[in-house]
Amino acid sequence: MTDTSTDDGTGGGKPNSQAPSRSFINQLEIDLRLLGMLGAFIVVCIVFNVLTDGRFLTPRNIFNLTIQTVSVAIMATGMVFVIVTRHIDLSVGALLATCSAVMAMLQTDWLVGFAGMGLNTPMLAWIAILGGIAVGAGIGAAQGWLVGYQGIPAFIVTLGGLLVWRNVGWYITNGQTIGPLNDTFQLFGGINGTLGVTWSWIVGAVCSVLAVLMLISGRRNKTRHDFPVKPLWAEVVVGAVCVAAIMGLIWVLNSYTIPSRVLERSFAARGETMPEGFSTGYGLPVSVLLLIGVAIVMTAVARKTRLGRYIFATGGNPDAAELSGINTRLLTVKVFAIMGALVALAAVVASARATYHSNDIGTLDELRVIAAAVIGGTALAGGLGTIYGAILGALIMQSLQSGMAMVGVDAPLQNIVVGGVLVLAVWIDIVYRRRLGGQ
Amino acid sequence: MAEVNRSGTPLVEMRDIRIAFGGVQAVDGVSIDLHPGEVVGLLGHNGAGKSTLIKILSGAYRQDSGEIRINGEVATIHSPRDARRYNIETIYQTLALADNLNSSQNLFLGRELTTPLGFVDDAKMEAETKKIMARLNPNFKKLSVPVSALSGGQRQSVAIARAVYFNAQILIMDEPTAALGVHESEMVADLIKELKAQGLGIFLISHDTREMMALCDRVSVMKNGQLIGNERVEDVTEDDILSMIIMGKNPKREAA
Repeated sequence: MTDTSTDDGTGGGKPNSQAPSRSFINQLEIDLRLLGMLGAFIVVCIVFNVLTDGRFLTPRNIFNLTIQTVSVAIMATGMVFVIVTRHIDLSVGALLATCSAVMAMLQTDWLVGFAGMGLNTPMLAWIAILGGIAVGAGIGAAQGWLVGYQGIPAFIVTLGGLLVWRNVGWYITNGQTIGPLNDTFQLFGGINGTLGVTWSWIVGAVCSVLAVLMLISGRRNKTRHDFPVKPLWAEVVVGAVCVAAIMGLIWVLNSYTIPSRVLERSFAARGETMPEGFSTGYGLPVSVLLLIGVAIVMTAVARKTRLGRYIFATGGNPDAAELSGINTRLLTVKVFAIMGALVALAAVVASARATYHSNDIGTLDELRVIAAAVIGGTALAGGLGTIYGAILGALIMQSLQSGMAMVGVDAPLQNIVVGGVLVLAVWIDIVYRRRLGGQ
Repeated sequence: MAEVNRSGTPLVEMRDIRIAFGGVQAVDGVSIDLHPGEVVGLLGHNGAGKSTLIKILSGAYRQDSGEIRINGEVATIHSPRDARRYNIETIYQTLALADNLNSSQNLFLGRELTTPLGFVDDAKMEAETKKIMARLNPNFKKLSVPVSALSGGQRQSVAIARAVYFNAQILIMDEPTAALGVHESEMVADLIKELKAQGLGIFLISHDTREMMALCDRVSVMKNGQLIGNERVEDVTEDDILSMIIMGKNPKREAA
């Protein structure tokens, strides 16, 4: 939030000749691109809310939007690294199917009966997830090796991967739909796994405290080295907005109440009777919590680790990176391995949400993921991109898609609009960068 | 210019270096040396092999045969990382900066300062950059903007700061003033003199014969991958150098 490292895309490029009208935002030191995307997102939400007579911004729909976004958003964070290093990964949708197939088979077939594990043994779910991540990271690393060490363009390697992994998934399951999946596994799907009201508030509070602590430590670090800091009021405003956004989201998700017949059943399952008038909310879905975790880790990697620094340096100037002693070949392998591991995580969420594995899972996800990263400000020329941008990009895409579905826009027209928005977003980005100059 | 003492062990000795690319002998049995506090200029046409020779020393290429000695000891340099271990720093013609990173991120690229937890310490690196820049180029203030927004001279300052900060003993400068204006070129020339006075050995590559005569203690001229001459600047005229570059003949040797 406070640092202006280049991976925020525009942070370093803040205009030095500050027009007076912009000085308020400049003092807040907020990325203008982020503001633009947030603005676009809010406009989309309000327009659909009006068109649907207020059905778009209900707790129920916001809850659904978040859980529908998670799978693509998780992959989009990895795609940022891939695109920043001037590569592309077209195989993520197909790889998702292979990872999903492996995990489904592990938990419903291969490991059932092994060491006394039954279909719904919680341990089985965790083993399946670890197995899936290993497969995803391994396949990603293999593709990265072909790109980095053998010099085959990433476009070709992953285009081949798109065909290969979709059908490897098919062979693993003999083309069958596999389900229902392990109960513990299904907790990652969304509506089947939420934290409940109390824990959601606790998570929200912890996140808020962490956000404020980060702002404070960032400021301290700057003053310690005699660097200029923004005025205290600006710091307070940024902190307050962060806390309000976090707690607001928790409040909305907590407001989506569980239908009473579902509650009755869960009380009955525990052999209790439900008290009269009892009601409670779903709260934060486990899948969204997973996305938040991924976002924090990936942002920390991008900004605060050598790996992240080298990823951006290599994207900016591969020759300079190599001459600075960076092993850019190994870096490519690492980037694709991270992408593969994140695809596996996305596969957990996607198949758990469906409650079963099917052959067409993740179809066309590669395009959604690339679009999310690009709408989020990741430059295909390399070197620029942010994690939060990619997640916001995924959220905007999903809002458009489900908003149009709610309004009743014809399916073909939906895709036409999404395609148009993708091109428009990149165009605006290019114009914006040109006006900033030199970027 | 103070006389360079060449009696001690040379800082760098490259002996009988050869490298070929697909049948073309880019460097063909060249031997050069460099003493502390000395500036040796490498001259020659494009494709004469001077950049290739120097890239072998900086670890970007690996020689087919021949020996490199640093401070009298045989050195194995297989990568830029190896070269850095021998305190060899290179300032490339293309500047070798990542345009999207800022000056402190570029200065420390590949050698980041980290916090005890292993995270990169940007605040500390920026503070260090500020210190070294105050010494090299006091007008330099744009520490936190991407280097793409800097002028040629400012970018060159970042590249030089990288060499100075990490206590280079041997500095390789490949056309350091090619992209610079008159004033900025003078700044680089002053810096070369200062570094020389501190006892660094500098290999300088340039096309500008007059500049070379002014800055260097010795000039080595290459043509078609071979060393034509290696003379002290006091002993030759600009015409002698030009004739070595163009005709590949050493007039002094011819006369003798």
